[in-house]
Amino acid sequence: MEEKNSYIRQVADKKYEYGFTTDVHTDIIEKGLSEEVVRLISQKKGEPEWLLDFRLKAYRHWTTLEAPTWGHLQMPEVDYQAISYYADPTVRKNDDTKKELDPELVKTFDKLGIPLEERMALSGLAVDAVMDSVSVKTTFREKLHEKGIIFCSISEAVREHPDLVRRYLGSVVPYKDNFYAALNSAVFSDGSFVYIPKGVRCPMELSTYFRINARGTGQFERTLIVCDDDAYVSYLEGCTAPMRDENQLHAAIVEIVVCENAEVKYSTVQNWYPGDAEGRGGVLNLVTKRGLLRGRNSRLSWTQVETGSAITWKYPSCVLQGDGSQAEFYSVAVTNHHQQADTGTKMIHLGANTRSTIISKGISAGKSQNSYRGLVRIAPAAEGARNYSSCDSLLLGSHCGAHTFPYMDVKNDSAVVEHEATTSKISEDQLFYCNQRGISTEDAVGLIVNGYAKDVLNKLPMEFAVEAQKLLGVSLEGSVG
Amino acid sequence: MQSNQQYIDLFRQSATLIDRHSAPAMNALRAAAFDDFVRQGFPTTKEERYKYTDVASLFAPDYGLNLGRIDIPVNPYDAFRCDVPNLSTSLFFVVNDVFYSRLTPRAPLPEGVVVGSLREASVRFPSLMDRCYGRLASTGEDSVTALNTLFAQDGLLVYVPKGVQVERPVQVVNILRADVDLMVNRRVLIVVEEGAAVKLLFCDHAADDRHFLTTQVIEAFVGERASLDLYCLEETHAKNTRLSNLYIRQEASSHVCHNAITLMGGTTRNRTDLVFCGENASCDMGGCVIADHTQHVDNNVLIDHRVGRCSSNVLYKYVLDHEATGAFAGRVLVRPDAQQTISVERNQNICATRQARMYTQPMLEIYADDVKCSHGSTVGQIDEAALFYMQQRGISRQEAQLLLKFAFVGEVIDTMKLEPLQDRLHHLVEKRFRGELGRCEGCRLCK
Repeated sequence: MEEKNSYIRQVADKKYEYGFTTDVHTDIIEKGLSEEVVRLISQKKGEPEWLLDFRLKAYRHWTTLEAPTWGHLQMPEVDYQAISYYADPTVRKNDDTKKELDPELVKTFDKLGIPLEERMALSGLAVDAVMDSVSVKTTFREKLHEKGIIFCSISEAVREHPDLVRRYLGSVVPYKDNFYAALNSAVFSDGSFVYIPKGVRCPMELSTYFRINARGTGQFERTLIVCDDDAYVSYLEGCTAPMRDENQLHAAIVEIVVCENAEVKYSTVQNWYPGDAEGRGGVLNLVTKRGLLRGRNSRLSWTQVETGSAITWKYPSCVLQGDGSQAEFYSVAVTNHHQQADTGTKMIHLGANTRSTIISKGISAGKSQNSYRGLVRIAPAAEGARNYSSCDSLLLGSHCGAHTFPYMDVKNDSAVVEHEATTSKISEDQLFYCNQRGISTEDAVGLIVNGYAKDVLNKLPMEFAVEAQKLLGVSLEGSVG
Repeated sequence: MQSNQQYIDLFRQSATLIDRHSAPAMNALRAAAFDDFVRQGFPTTKEERYKYTDVASLFAPDYGLNLGRIDIPVNPYDAFRCDVPNLSTSLFFVVNDVFYSRLTPRAPLPEGVVVGSLREASVRFPSLMDRCYGRLASTGEDSVTALNTLFAQDGLLVYVPKGVQVERPVQVVNILRADVDLMVNRRVLIVVEEGAAVKLLFCDHAADDRHFLTTQVIEAFVGERASLDLYCLEETHAKNTRLSNLYIRQEASSHVCHNAITLMGGTTRNRTDLVFCGENASCDMGGCVIADHTQHVDNNVLIDHRVGRCSSNVLYKYVLDHEATGAFAGRVLVRPDAQQTISVERNQNICATRQARMYTQPMLEIYADDVKCSHGSTVGQIDEAALFYMQQRGISRQEAQLLLKFAFVGEVIDTMKLEPLQDRLHHLVEKRFRGELGRCEGCRLCK
């Protein structure tokens, strides 16, 4: 008994694994947000006039907006003047020109298990690593270039492929979309840009790794993926942050354009620092993600495993514009301690015979609050549209909450929309059955939770599925008993 | 902004007139209700609970109010004859918001049971009024309730004393009767004491082809081990607007069965708030809506599980034709200590035309872990395969559609525990689907 207890205590006390900080010299601009700051960011990145205009328009619009309060979240007051909006870790002291990577940086990404060097070629993963506001390195670029695929940081894309960026930037998520989208459009720093030309199947998984390192900064990355006719790409996104006792802001935008017969798979394993057991610190993850299924028979699937962040406010959405387009949303959201998550999706059916599937699994433990919020809208022209949504919640512990807020707006008589949701705790019978067979309660819970989330985990690419499964375990440790 | 100002001005001008024609217990709440109404104004569609119904525009037209209590001549049998006959009930009438006490033969009720005017009751039972009136319907968070509390001068009281079982169902027919466009603010108080049981059937009719705007606030207190069956049937016409707020409080081991049936109307908005305050209580809540043309029906349900071991079961079905709009929002709230709650919520809808709109929002908000809660919602059409099957067997397409729609809402009707009412409703629903409802011989409307 003694031994068992000590083991449980040991795992329960296990800390956030990625909480270390990297000591690199970082160029951070003054805190605060104003038109000058927006101009400064644009100037530091050497951006063309049109992009500066875009940023300024967004900034001016942002000043007229107020932060949304409809989420089922207790949001701490964010002082937007106390944040530095640009931090560049690639700049060495007394040297403004960017040189070779700081070895500390390489070590950081090695620690995180991200293959920055081509020696990791065997892993078959092309990575764009973003720390704070700047893309540190993108791997496998040449190989991808042979196929005509563009995979680089968005700042580079602005320099090298301005026409493409100009055409698509803000076309899916306009700067007027919401408070955080306007903020991001004004100050966005780096992110990835992906362009898959017509008829090309991307031969490897593309991946971006985001990390917030510097203190007192926020991360405002912007990702733009354009998948031309008949093309295919699978894209992975991962994120971590050091442990700090202040709240750090992360307000990102992801835009995806899917053309005729093209397919995009977007997978996220979100593991930002969730704050400590008392709810101090942690990342505020306020993200706008949207895909436009522009072409006929286009396909888009969002898969997300949300285990980190103090607050998650995230609704990856799909606009099903092309006839016969298909969208999927698979989500596992785990909250523990004082974490709060308000996440879900929006499926906007515009085209005929469009199909969407939503599978959402929420797991709440500790004193956390976990909400699913989703909208399914069938426009009058969406003949024969079909939606199936299922959201289940699992409660571990009597101080947590699980909530479901689905909205369905149906404006077409040929549409079929179904929604179902259940909320329950782990069945005593299942636990008893496992105990009987010599499996400890802790392990049994892990086993049952993994089985419960399997529908979603199965949709993840191999590399991520393993990580996600481990994460689920770590996030829930100490929540039983 | 405009539309609430006219009510603020009206109240300022005629506060003494309203008080003079009402009862002290009702007057006592007006000042607070006025402050609440001024503070809130009418809810906009940005407010979550009024997302689908624009209340301010409903209140914008100029309606007359019968604040001076001028007697309106009416023969209640006019409206009654055509619709729910041969139901062996104790029958009462409410004309606009006044309990009709002339001419009707008083049906025998068990001793101590009161069905009568709220205004008179507040003189006869001041302590009951003091204990219950306005206690559930908070004016602070719903301005329709605030408005109703502000202007309500009369209404209905149903009181069932401790341990009394009322065998015969009590039927109350609400008749809207006026020669001008009229606003009616009706107030209903239902108190079912410990161990008592009663079945209530409220039928809403309009006797005149005028624009009516009804606000209705029902407060129902269901005591320990008591049972209340409350059926609300709305069968008015397209010029009618009805906003009904129902508040139910259930004590331990009580049971409530509530059904809201909307067969005909213009704009209907029903808000139902049910609170479980004692353990082992249960409720069955149902509703069926059959709407066509430009009808708008919005049902908004909140079930608050404050204590554990209670169960709730919600089923709403909508059939929408033409350009009708339907909205359903059902929120089940399970508070932190409400362990072993069982809650099932279902909402199923048929959109029969391209212009029909359905908005549905089944919500679960759960703060306790030992619970079983589920909800399901569907929007779809009549099954083509089933239609084809019937056509194969010589049933015309139209008839087959009718049969399927009929069976679809039949599930809600079958949950009612009043058998004669079930039969009657099956009949009414069939007539409604055939478009024959309101085309009867008996009532003023069709003569």
